[in-house]
Amino acid sequence: MLSCKEAAGLVSKSLDTRLSWRERAALRMHIAICRMCRNYQKQLRAMTKAVRKSSAEAWLPPLRLSEEAKQRILRHFRSER
Amino acid sequence: MTPATDPERWLGEYGDLLFRYAVARVGDISIAEDLVQETLLAAWRGRGRFTGQSAESTWLVGILKHKIADHFRKQPPLSLEDSGLDLDRYFDERGHWRRAPESWPDPERELYEEQLQAALRQCVGHLPPRFRNLFFLREVEGLSGEEICKQMPVSSTNNVWVMLSRMRFQLRQCLEKAGFSHSGKGE
Repeated sequence: MLSCKEAAGLVSKSLDTRLSWRERAALRMHIAICRMCRNYQKQLRAMTKAVRKSSAEAWLPPLRLSEEAKQRILRHFRSER
Repeated sequence: MTPATDPERWLGEYGDLLFRYAVARVGDISIAEDLVQETLLAAWRGRGRFTGQSAESTWLVGILKHKIADHFRKQPPLSLEDSGLDLDRYFDERGHWRRAPESWPDPERELYEEQLQAALRQCVGHLPPRFRNLFFLREVEGLSGEEICKQMPVSSTNNVWVMLSRMRFQLRQCLEKAGFSHSGKGE
């Protein structure tokens, strides 16, 4: 029988790669009787889905290159080329 | 007035995009600025290789990705200690939850996904830099475990799953702390 700690690891791994049949069977059995890990699984899936449904652009921080940095980069470029 | 050289124009048109991408991956403003600088210089030196088959911005981001991979390859392989997460705080000796994950609001609820995305954005910002990179490569760009290892060394390919698991564990924990679970009734 899997522990919750092991089950949580497999829940995540199943989002990244195909589990072996042994792992799948063990996880399915654990999830069937453990409401806590069932919650955990649901939440990890919801997180993954929320990211995949948004554009990549949405995950870039809302920042701008500072004027100083731009000047520094241009100075560096002029001295290096 | 002399026409702008390419790097000047690139900086004006794509500087912010390159910078934002670099910050998302490395999590540090001054490292990100340096990476943008190196990218533009490399682009200038390799400008003959730009075929125009892709957009100029795509070409520049591609060069930046190589620079970012070089940045991470200079560091020792990612190991479990780097996550700063002590799982023993969350699981007892027998591997049972010390505190059960709280229930989350009903996904059918309006705004649920938007709220989740906004909260996630906050929480991703709290991850250690290399775990932030892991999030970006896996969740946003959809790279496989093998591909991730090429972009950032991890002590073994098998460990990528463990690292990703830690990263998600931390994110979920942060969402719960941020009050995401309390905003509605659960299961």
